Amino acid sequence: MSVLLIAEHNNKELRPFTYNAVSAASKIDEDLHILVLGNKSEAVAKSASEIPNVKKVIHIDNEIYENFIAENYTSAIVKHADAYSHIVCSANTFGKNLMPRIAALLDTSQVSDIIKVISTDTFLRPIYAGNAFATVKSNDKKKCVTIRPTSFEPAPATGGSAEIVKSDAGEAFKNSKFVKREEIQSDRPELGTARIVISGGRGMQNSENFKLISAIADKLNAAIGASRAAVDAGYITNDHQVGQTGKVVVPDLYIAVGISGAIQHLAGMKESKIIVAINKDGEAPIFSVADYGLEADLFEALPQFLEELNKLNTIQK
Amino acid sequence: MKILVAVKRVIDYNVQVRVKEDGTGVVTDNVKMSTNPPDDNAVEEAVKIKESGKAKEIVAITIGEEKAQETVRKALAVGADRGIHVKVDGVVEPLAVSKILQKIVDKEKPDLVFMGKQAIDDDCNQTGQMLAALLSWPQATFASKINVKESSLEVTREVDEGLETIEVNIPAIVTCDLRLNEPRYASLPNIMKAKKKPLEQINASDLGVDTKARIEQIKVEEPPKRKAGIKVANVSELVQKLKNEAKVI
Repeated sequence: MSVLLIAEHNNKELRPFTYNAVSAASKIDEDLHILVLGNKSEAVAKSASEIPNVKKVIHIDNEIYENFIAENYTSAIVKHADAYSHIVCSANTFGKNLMPRIAALLDTSQVSDIIKVISTDTFLRPIYAGNAFATVKSNDKKKCVTIRPTSFEPAPATGGSAEIVKSDAGEAFKNSKFVKREEIQSDRPELGTARIVISGGRGMQNSENFKLISAIADKLNAAIGASRAAVDAGYITNDHQVGQTGKVVVPDLYIAVGISGAIQHLAGMKESKIIVAINKDGEAPIFSVADYGLEADLFEALPQFLEELNKLNTIQK
Repeated sequence: MKILVAVKRVIDYNVQVRVKEDGTGVVTDNVKMSTNPPDDNAVEEAVKIKESGKAKEIVAITIGEEKAQETVRKALAVGADRGIHVKVDGVVEPLAVSKILQKIVDKEKPDLVFMGKQAIDDDCNQTGQMLAALLSWPQATFASKINVKESSLEVTREVDEGLETIEVNIPAIVTCDLRLNEPRYASLPNIMKAKKKPLEQINASDLGVDTKARIEQIKVEEPPKRKAGIKVANVSELVQKLKNEAKVI
């Protein structure tokens, strides 16, 4: 039995969640191999080989993998799948897009978004936006599994020296073409891995008011999140959305501001260690999951919050 | 151009889902059911494309028990031309759903297949990608904008880092994000008219697809409950609690 993990990267470095996926994958089986498909991605293969849990790195470098098009990835992965009992990757937009395409070609019923490895064939996964947890057993010979990265600690990045084996590219898929990527550059921590997240909802009223949130985010070195309502209303871009159809975050501290707390939003944040809710509606469902609730007008509370933070001698970063 | 739109019947998104006491699943008796929300976006987008003159026919399809037909009727009421109901009882995993859809695609020969990016019941997010693989078609997943060109689609996708645009040649599969459009409501006259639109029923078993579950559901349980929190009186108390009690700042 061996596990093949598909690395998520940007051709220069591994994306942080690959390390979380490594942790989960090595709980399935210790013989863990990583497949790096990229273009001019030697540095990525090298980083992968330095993860202590990794036994072998398969590196396929070709220009067709430059933009991580799932249709191109699939043929190469399927070619290597024979040697493995499990194919795994992160359950983020990268893995969600990719894994079912592999699973279908391997005639495997995929297990999506696991939050716990119970045994080599049995996993725990949330369903109904996290309102229920299902224990599921895969009866397929070969298993395709995606991993909710925030449910596993990241694996150590250095100390290992796995061999790197070069392999040939698969067929190129002619009917899909990458056009462009609009990434929002930010100096803030990534939403998925930040220790503190402060999120705004419909109560923010407009994008200008998100400045109140970013001032506090700056102070706390926090990532900025948002409810779907705030993104739909155009207050902030989609990469900030937390929830069932957005990102799932598990920070030490989650501060929900002007967010009522729809089931779909709670799905993305209720595993956070400490939750703070600031809302002027005392009946808002967000208070039912909050460790500390403040019933207040956010336009008064946020400036006061910043002021109180400024008074502190030290702030953990 | 012909568009096939797949819709699924799920527990309504506003319902607080409850786990059955015997651990076999969630309570569905006497619970409001609706079309899976992003599937509504898929139908809306197909209708918009037809209204723009770029598509001639929209076929709505659902797979499931007898009552799943309601979702097709709803699609017919907002603009789909005819419906297909593939009848099958019990849980059908995305792999089996995509195999059924493949059979229907072979028969109907649509140029595009639309569906929601994920169903809000099992949260699998698999079917569109699986169907694309089985057909060797391109896949444009998590679409928030679709531009129909002569023989291709330019699709903006919502990804973790922001937005990505890809171009896929037709025929193609598109899975729709909630931000793709604003689904319309069906008017009463259109609901009445929809009742007269053709709806073909097919038994899954007649399609020769094995729908037996490959994944065994061992148990379903409630997630661990959070401890009840407290309300603080003001911002200063909040900051003190975060600093000295929770020790997170």
